[in-house]
Amino acid sequence: MTFDESYFSIGRLDRLSYQDTFVHRLDPRAKVVSTILFLFTVISFPKYEIAALIPFFLFPVLLTTLGDIPVRFLLKKVVIVSPFAIFIGIFNPLLDTRTVAVIAGVTLSAGWLSFLTILIKFTLTISAALLLIATTSFPGICHALRRLGVPAIFVSQLLFLYRYLFVLMEEAMRLVRARDMRSFGEHGSGMTIVVRLIGTLFLRTVERAERVYSAMLSRGFNGDMPSVKQHSLRPVDVLYVLATISFLAIFRFVPITGLIGSLTQELSK
Amino acid sequence: MSHHFVEFKDVLFHYPDGTEALKGVSFRITHGESVGIVGANGSGKSTLLLHMNGYLLPSSGTVTVGDIELQKKTRQEVRRKVGIVFQNPDDQLFMPTVFDDVSFGPLNLGMSPECVQERVMDALKTVNCLDLRDKPPHHLSGGQKSAVAIASVIAMEPDILVMDEPAANLDPKSRRSLITMLKTFVHTKIVASHDLDLILDVCQRCIVIREGAVVADGPSTEILSNKTLLEENNLELPLSHQRR
Amino acid sequence: MHMADALLSPAVGATFWAGTLAAIGYSSKKLKETIDDKMIPLMGVLGAFIFAAQMINFTIPGTGSSGHIGGGMILTIILGPYAAFLAIASVLTVQGLFFADGGLLALGCNIWNMGIYPCFIVYPLLYKPLVGDSKNPGRILAVSILSVVIALQMGAFSVVMETMLSGKSELPFGTFVLLMQPIHLAIGIIEGFITAGVINYVRSARPEILESIAASRPLNPSVSVKSIVIAFVILAVITGGALSWFASTHPDGLEWSIKKVTGKTELAEHEQGIAPIIKGIQEKTAFLPDYNFKPAGNEPKQEEANPSWPSVDTGTSVAGIIGASMVLGFILLIGVGIRAVRHKHS
Repeated sequence: MTFDESYFSIGRLDRLSYQDTFVHRLDPRAKVVSTILFLFTVISFPKYEIAALIPFFLFPVLLTTLGDIPVRFLLKKVVIVSPFAIFIGIFNPLLDTRTVAVIAGVTLSAGWLSFLTILIKFTLTISAALLLIATTSFPGICHALRRLGVPAIFVSQLLFLYRYLFVLMEEAMRLVRARDMRSFGEHGSGMTIVVRLIGTLFLRTVERAERVYSAMLSRGFNGDMPSVKQHSLRPVDVLYVLATISFLAIFRFVPITGLIGSLTQELSK
Repeated sequence: MSHHFVEFKDVLFHYPDGTEALKGVSFRITHGESVGIVGANGSGKSTLLLHMNGYLLPSSGTVTVGDIELQKKTRQEVRRKVGIVFQNPDDQLFMPTVFDDVSFGPLNLGMSPECVQERVMDALKTVNCLDLRDKPPHHLSGGQKSAVAIASVIAMEPDILVMDEPAANLDPKSRRSLITMLKTFVHTKIVASHDLDLILDVCQRCIVIREGAVVADGPSTEILSNKTLLEENNLELPLSHQRR
Repeated sequence: MHMADALLSPAVGATFWAGTLAAIGYSSKKLKETIDDKMIPLMGVLGAFIFAAQMINFTIPGTGSSGHIGGGMILTIILGPYAAFLAIASVLTVQGLFFADGGLLALGCNIWNMGIYPCFIVYPLLYKPLVGDSKNPGRILAVSILSVVIALQMGAFSVVMETMLSGKSELPFGTFVLLMQPIHLAIGIIEGFITAGVINYVRSARPEILESIAASRPLNPSVSVKSIVIAFVILAVITGGALSWFASTHPDGLEWSIKKVTGKTELAEHEQGIAPIIKGIQEKTAFLPDYNFKPAGNEPKQEEANPSWPSVDTGTSVAGIIGASMVLGFILLIGVGIRAVRHKHS
C-alpha cells in the first residue's frame, strides 16, 4: 500500500470503530476476550482439518453484519496482508504430495489440504482481528487491556501513540509529497533523502513532544496519568462471552460439519 | 478578588545556550483586565507567556501571580491560577477523547469524579462543544479543536487565562465565534497575537515587546493606531484601521 | 517479516505471548521507577513517529523494489531498552489491529522478534559497548549496520523457528532459512544505514536533543548479560522440555494429526482427554529433522488399500465436503439476512 492508501485505510477503520451498533456497544473487555479465545480455538485445529473450521465463519459474518462493517473493505484488507502466509503456505502442496483422497476422479494431496487450512485460518484470524478494532474504538481496547491487567504505562503509551498517529502521518505525508513533487524518476527515493525526511520528521516529533509535555504541565500533570472511569459489565456482555465460549467449545470438539454431511448423505440415499 | 494579578518585575531570562530572550520586563496586569501582547517574531512573546505559568523560571527578577511568587516549588500552585492555551491545539489535546482532555486538568487538581464531571460539562457548554465530548481529537475540525483546547483550560477555572495566537488556524467564522466567546469571559485575559484586529476587539490594553523588552504599554486603541510604533515592530495597522 | 496466526500453533503462540507480556511488565516496572515525566509523551509520540516513518519508503538499490525501516534499533539507541521496547510493542500492536499484520496471536511473537533482540540483546551487548559516548559518525555507521543486521537476523530466524515449531507449514527448515536470512540481511544493511544516518543528522542539526533524552532515561539502562542469558535458558528449557515430553509420551501423536482430515476422530481424541492446545504441541513433532513423516502402527493394513495415506475413507471426506458447503451456505444466508434487515431499518 502506498502511504496515502495506508493513511486513508486506517482512517476509515478508525471511523468505523466509533459507530453505534449493538456490537459496538458491547463492553470492550468482552470483545477482546472473545476474540482471543476465538483466535486460539481456530489455530488449535490441526493442519488437515478443513470441514470443522467452516462453522467458525459465523463469528466474522455476525460481527460484520451486526456491526455495519463494509464487507468489501474488510476483505480487501485481508487480501492485502495475505502474501506472506500464501508464500509460505504454497510450499505445502509442493512438498507434501501424498495422496489423501480421490474424489470424483480428482487426486487430492495432503499438501493442498494443509494449504487450504492455512488460507482458511488466515481469513478467520485476520478478519477477527480487523473486526475487533472495527467494532471497538482503539481507546476502548486500551481501557479493556488496562482492566485486564496490562501495565498503565504501556496503556498510556498506546493511547499517546494512537492520538498522535494521524498527526504524524499527516506530517510525514506532507514531507513525502514535497519530496515526490520535486523528484523525477527514482532520484527522490534515494537513501540520503529518506534519511533527511526521517531525520526532519524526528526533530519535529521531539519538538512536538516538548510542547505536549508543557501543555500537560500547564494542566497540572505530576507524573501520573489520570485513571480511567470504570464501566461495569452488563449482563449482555457476560452473555456474549458465554455464548462465544459455548460456540467455540461445541464446534471445536464436536464435528458438526461432518455430522451434517453424513446426515445429508444418509437422507439422500 | 483584587489579588488576581500578574506582575513581572525586571524579569531577565536567558536560554541554556545563552540567548537572552527577556531583558528586564516589567508590568502589572490586574484583575479582570484583558491585555494583548504584540511584537515581531522572535521578540520574546512566547518566552514571556511561558513564564506566566512557571514553565520557565526567570533567570533574575520576579514573577508574581496573585500572592504567590513564582519559584520552583510554587509552580504547581501558580498553574492552578494561570491557564495557558497554546498555539497548536494538537499539542494541547493529547488524550483519547474530548472528555478525557477537558477532565485532565480537574483530575490533576484532585477533584472528585462528580465535581470533575460538572466542570467538564460546564466548560464544554461554554465553548459550545458539549456534543463532541466522546469524540477523539483527530476527528475534530480546526475550529472545534481550538474551542476544546480552551475548554480544557477553563475547566480548571483559572483566574487568569493566557492565550498564544488563539485564532491562528481558524477560518473566519470560527475566529468570529472565538472572539465573541472571549468577550464573554470574566477571567483576566492575556492574549499574544499577530492578529491585531482580534487584539483590538478583545483587549483594552496592549503591551508591545521588542527584543525581550517592553517598548510600549497602554490602551489598545492608542497603541494600535500608532503606525510608526507598529511598523518599527514588524507590524502593521490593524486592518480595521487601514480602511481609513 | 511478520509471523502470521495461520502458521502458528496455540502452544507456540501462548509461549511467546507469555514471554512478551513478561517483558512488557518488566519494562513498565523499570520505567515507572526511574523515568523522567517528560518521557511519557515522548515515548508515545516517538512510537507514532516510527509508525509514520515506516511509511516513508525507499528503493532498495539494485532491486528496484521498495522497503521501509523497522525502527527497533533506532528507538533503542534514542530511548534506551525499556522505553524502546514499550514503544516497539505499541507500534506493532497498533499495526496488528489496524492492518492485521500477521494477527493478534502472532503479535506476541512479533513483539518478541522485533523488540527483544534489539532492546535487550543487541543494544546492551553490542551497540552500547562499541559506541559508548562516541559521536564519531563513521563508528556509529559501522556499529549501526552491524547491530541492525544482527537484530534482524535474530528476528528472522525466530520467525523460522516459530513456524517450524508450530508445524503448520511443510517448508523444510533449511529452505526457510535460506529464504528469510538473506532478505533480512539486505534489509538490515539498509536500515543500518538509515539508522546511523538519522542519528548523525539529528546530532549535527540539534545535538542537545539526543543528550537531553539520554539524560531523562532510566539510570541503569543496560540490562545485565546474566539475566538475559538466564531468561533465554529458561525459555529454551521450557519449550524444549514441553516438546520432548509430548513427543515421548505420545509417540503416535503424529498419527492423530494424520487422522484429522475429516474430523471423524475428534471424538476419539476427546475421549483420550487430550485438549486442543496439546494437539497443537504435537504438531511440532513434525519438524524434527530426522523424524520421517511415517505414521506408526496402522500402516500395514491400510497400505494395501491406499498406498501412502493410511486413514482416509473417501466416504467420510465427501461427507466433510457436503457438510462444509451446507454450513457455509447457511452462514452466508444468515449474513445476507441480517444485512437486509439492517438496511431496511436504517
